[in-house]
Amino acid sequence: MSAKATAGSSPWLHRFAVLTAGCTFLLLGLGGLVTSHEAGMSVPDWPNTYGYNMFLFPFSQWVGGIFYEHTHRLLASGVGLMTTILAVWLWVKDSRKWMHWLGVAAFLLVVAQGVLGGLRVTLHMDSLGIFHGTIAQLFFVLTCALALFTSRWWVEMSGNQPGFRVPADLRTLVLATTLLIFGQLILGATMRHQHAGLAIPDFPLAYGSWWPDTGPDAVAQYNARRIALNGENDITALQIELQMTHRIMALAIFILTAVSAWLARRQLGGKDALAKLAGFWLALIFLQALLGAATVWSNKAADVATAHVLVGALSLMIGSIWCIMAFRRSEPMTETRPLGAFGVQPVLAANK
Amino acid sequence: MKIYPVVVLAAMLSLVSVAWAADIVGVVTLKGTPPAEKEITPLKEDANCGAMYQTTPTTHFYVVDAKGDLADVVVSLKGVTGKSTGANAAPAVLDQKGCLYVPQILAIQTGQKLIVKNSDNCIHNVHALPAVAGNPESNQVQMAGGADLDFAFAQPEMFLKFKCDVHPWMFAWVSVFDSPYFCISDKDGKFVIKNVPPGKYTVEAAHRKLGTQVQEVEVKDSDATVNFAFEVK
Repeated sequence: MSAKATAGSSPWLHRFAVLTAGCTFLLLGLGGLVTSHEAGMSVPDWPNTYGYNMFLFPFSQWVGGIFYEHTHRLLASGVGLMTTILAVWLWVKDSRKWMHWLGVAAFLLVVAQGVLGGLRVTLHMDSLGIFHGTIAQLFFVLTCALALFTSRWWVEMSGNQPGFRVPADLRTLVLATTLLIFGQLILGATMRHQHAGLAIPDFPLAYGSWWPDTGPDAVAQYNARRIALNGENDITALQIELQMTHRIMALAIFILTAVSAWLARRQLGGKDALAKLAGFWLALIFLQALLGAATVWSNKAADVATAHVLVGALSLMIGSIWCIMAFRRSEPMTETRPLGAFGVQPVLAANK
Repeated sequence: MKIYPVVVLAAMLSLVSVAWAADIVGVVTLKGTPPAEKEITPLKEDANCGAMYQTTPTTHFYVVDAKGDLADVVVSLKGVTGKSTGANAAPAVLDQKGCLYVPQILAIQTGQKLIVKNSDNCIHNVHALPAVAGNPESNQVQMAGGADLDFAFAQPEMFLKFKCDVHPWMFAWVSVFDSPYFCISDKDGKFVIKNVPPGKYTVEAAHRKLGTQVQEVEVKDSDATVNFAFEVK
């Protein structure tokens, strides 16, 4: 049987991978709500919940911040189980060795995520919360990549079309933009775990200026005039500067994404799937910018801030998947090389 | 029996020092218009907590009366350490009532017991967030009707934060001193630091939002007065 026929050829495996990725996205949303509602420490123990077995905690007690943290833990357990099933299924049914190990990597990553989340609570370490949030994004990309690698498109992709190869400069630009988005997500996670609320209460200005005064007297005044509903920590000059960096990076990302979408359309043609995906990516980044502004205007309303987290995750995922698909389409093929880098007969690389 | 005269002499000396001790009194005022307090809408919207209120409570960062007298200012003798009597002091009490911490501003000594009560009919978690090394962070469950929780802090610290993560609008700040020479201004802005031995001191007034001010004072054989005037710009 050819590698093409056996590699990832189970539609049910692919569907399960898609389901796992979808549940991971929901889990990201719940995790976002936990932080947005400042509920990360509302359940002081782990893996128990207020002394109960996690799965037996009475529903009547799912109150306040406990509701967000507890449902996050329950869904995390579900995603952990799904990832385990997926890893085993890949090992048993997928003929590609690299997919076996990717499944193992996904399993190890989800276990690490669970432990990180638990330790963040038991060790009272906010910094672990930043790692937990960042790795969550990477895990989401991994689950989506697994869904892609088990898809019919990946296995049966035909490259015998003129212009199928994606030019190197476009691939590099999208990859660089995606990495910048990842940096932006790390910055966002760092800001969210300062527990200081909004460092800058207005947008597009910052304390009424294009660049705010961050001198000690100015910061003291900002804190004196700020009435923080949840008793947030006083803001610092560093936090204001982080927020400004976040805004500038957002602008850079928007420009780079726009150039990527324009180049993709120009080089691949408007009907090409990757050109359309790049266009969708640009729209997503625009939405993300609006959500960022809305987060400020709504004084960091939990649902708006969480939507901002989710669209950020989608932005990272789309960029990553775009890159993987573009590199897949651009794999060189030689007659003497029976299998390509991904263990499948590579497509003919037709140069434009 | 040779020790007896020494004991008597020590007791007499301590009585004399107490007799010579005086209070530091004063008033704290606020100039300018503070920002408006916010309604704690999430509290009113909470099924358990909201039921305890007819109207939506507000934050109270600035407790100031019509004359500008400022409450909740922590006044202390700066730089006086190693004088804590906390181990023998009566416990201080921080209560959770109506899904709010009462009082919001509290001051205790190092080693003094702090009792945190839950007077509400719902779950809280009591999360102490010290910033000073030597005061450990802790996060404890407190069920409705649950036992009181005890805390004690070994290191001085200003505005050590207590919060409830189940109800994120709940917070209090506890300042910890290494001496008994501190107090909190009342609703009339008045404060009294009692039984201060004679000497020259730096008095520090600290408000959670307005920062700190210091003044020098000399305590002799009668009460010393020092007033503070904060300003919000």
